[in-house]
Amino acid sequence: MTSAVTIAEVHKHYGALYALRGIDFEIKQGEFFGLLGPNGAGKSTLINIMAGLTYADRGAVRINGFDVRRDYRQARRALGVVPQELVYDPFFDVREMLRLQSGYFGFGRENHAWIDELLETLNLGDKADVNMYTLSGGMKRRVLIAQAMVHKPPVLVLDEPTAGVDVELRQILWRFARRLHQDGHTIVLTTHYLEEAEQLCERIAILDQGSICALDTKQALLSRSPYRRVRLTLADAAIELPESILRLVEEREAQSITLRLHRLDDQLGAVLEAMHQCGGRLLDVHTVEPGLEEVFMELTCRKRGEVGC
Amino acid sequence: MRANTIGFYTLFTKEVWRFLKVITQTILTPAVTTLLYLVVFAQILEGRVEVYEGISYAAFLVPGLVIMAMIQNAFANSSSSLIQSKMNGNLVFVLLAPISVWEFYLAFVLATVVRGLLVGAVVYVAALWFVTLPIHHPALVLLFAVVGSAILGALGVIAGIWASKYDQLAAFQNFIVLPLSFLSGVFYSVHTLPPFWQQATFWNPFFYMIDGFRHGVIGVSDVDPWKSLLVCLLFLAVVSAVCLVMLKKGYKIRG
Ligand SMILES: Nc1ncnc2c1ncn2[C@@H]1O[C@H](COP(=O)(O)OP(=O)(O)O)[C@@H](O)[C@H]1O
Ligand SMILES: [Mg+2]
Repeated sequence: MTSAVTIAEVHKHYGALYALRGIDFEIKQGEFFGLLGPNGAGKSTLINIMAGLTYADRGAVRINGFDVRRDYRQARRALGVVPQELVYDPFFDVREMLRLQSGYFGFGRENHAWIDELLETLNLGDKADVNMYTLSGGMKRRVLIAQAMVHKPPVLVLDEPTAGVDVELRQILWRFARRLHQDGHTIVLTTHYLEEAEQLCERIAILDQGSICALDTKQALLSRSPYRRVRLTLADAAIELPESILRLVEEREAQSITLRLHRLDDQLGAVLEAMHQCGGRLLDVHTVEPGLEEVFMELTCRKRGEVGC
Repeated sequence: MRANTIGFYTLFTKEVWRFLKVITQTILTPAVTTLLYLVVFAQILEGRVEVYEGISYAAFLVPGLVIMAMIQNAFANSSSSLIQSKMNGNLVFVLLAPISVWEFYLAFVLATVVRGLLVGAVVYVAALWFVTLPIHHPALVLLFAVVGSAILGALGVIAGIWASKYDQLAAFQNFIVLPLSFLSGVFYSVHTLPPFWQQATFWNPFFYMIDGFRHGVIGVSDVDPWKSLLVCLLFLAVVSAVCLVMLKKGYKIRG
């Protein structure tokens, strides 16, 4: 089966700045794919190249098998893009914008019902006849999502859709994205909220300084972290801990202490043993599996050789 | 590959709709400005200047003013629409769509032609208050109006794509479009100019639009209108080619 998105050896520079240095991966049909990376990593640049908004210096991108340069019409029909910036045309109201967008894709009146459905689904029904400039950031984001969906694209790309969006709207967006995914759409999400990627994405690429530094399923990425955390609840908050435990302490608050254990070098058994030796009585032991955030920091910082990561 | 006719038509409609939404600014204001020129110049010069025998100065001036208004508004239409879309960022909506460079070019240029024709018609009708001016060759008038507006529409697309800021666009307008349209025989006949300026005028493509258009209205001109039409069509071809190449390369808009 043709991949939903194929990215082959893509390079892009802006003057002396190398925004993308040989990106090469595929996104399968129906996947919920996360593209993560710190600010300036090149996520938007990559998405713009997928959308034909920017041309790559080298390499090729195909959407559902269609080259974004040579078969641009089919490639663009297959792709819906929600841009990172909250852009709109101040001359038109929401419904007018959606109908125009649908027209650009070659649809006529027959598509108006679908547009109304989109407005309903995204709770925009009462905003259909207002101008975009009166809408809040979250509302504008929803309109952009509707706009990306007017031509029913099989592949939907969301570039940081929840940046600066309140919790409630974030929930609506996630529900909507999940539903599209269940309906068979391929979803590509860029975000710097790792929690978001952790909840939604099946496979994740981590981009840093224009290169992919990790690409794997969420489970595999999570298991990569060399550390895990253990939270101990002590019976006596004032107890003096031995050095072998103190060096592992990450956080200590009253009776609760959190330790960071290296998977190979530090054994939980030894910690408990040491605790027993110094007379510390435990009320509770709780292990916390690593989150994406850890893995992310680990991968993006180690590469730069930064300290304190 | 099959053309995206609906896509083209939608973009064209959007462009027309855009300027109709601000009709005071895009049609009425330019019409009033042009009429002010007419009142001032025709009043001052009436009776003193007779460019062609038997034709009043007002009758000579009006067609020039009409096509000049069309030209300037045609340029303003596509250039300001594009630069606004670029600055607001909403040009991405068109760039994301399966619209070819030809469809893009035609939509912008044809919408501009519609604006040019509307401005021209309003100015002409209003000018009838001041001067009786039957049209000698309506077909020729329409032809020059369409070709002239199209040329400036394409130039406007070029300028709108090239300019990154409003003042760059203003520079394009003030240093290229305005001088070329003023120094093209709107207010005088080239035959009244000193030889150097006469030669210079013959190198100004705007002169041919104005001279040809005027021929259509009053039936006389400095140059054979068919020659003027040929020059205009060649100029349109060159400007369109530049425009299409820029669009094809994604110059400045697909960074
Ligand atoms: N049009 C442009 N001109 C110059 N530099 C750019 C342009 N677009 C992006 N960049 C640079 O390329 C790098 C990647 O940017 P971007 O793709 O927007 O990152 P991200 O979306 O991951 O935050 C950044 O350093 C950014 O400053
Ligand atoms: Mg970005």
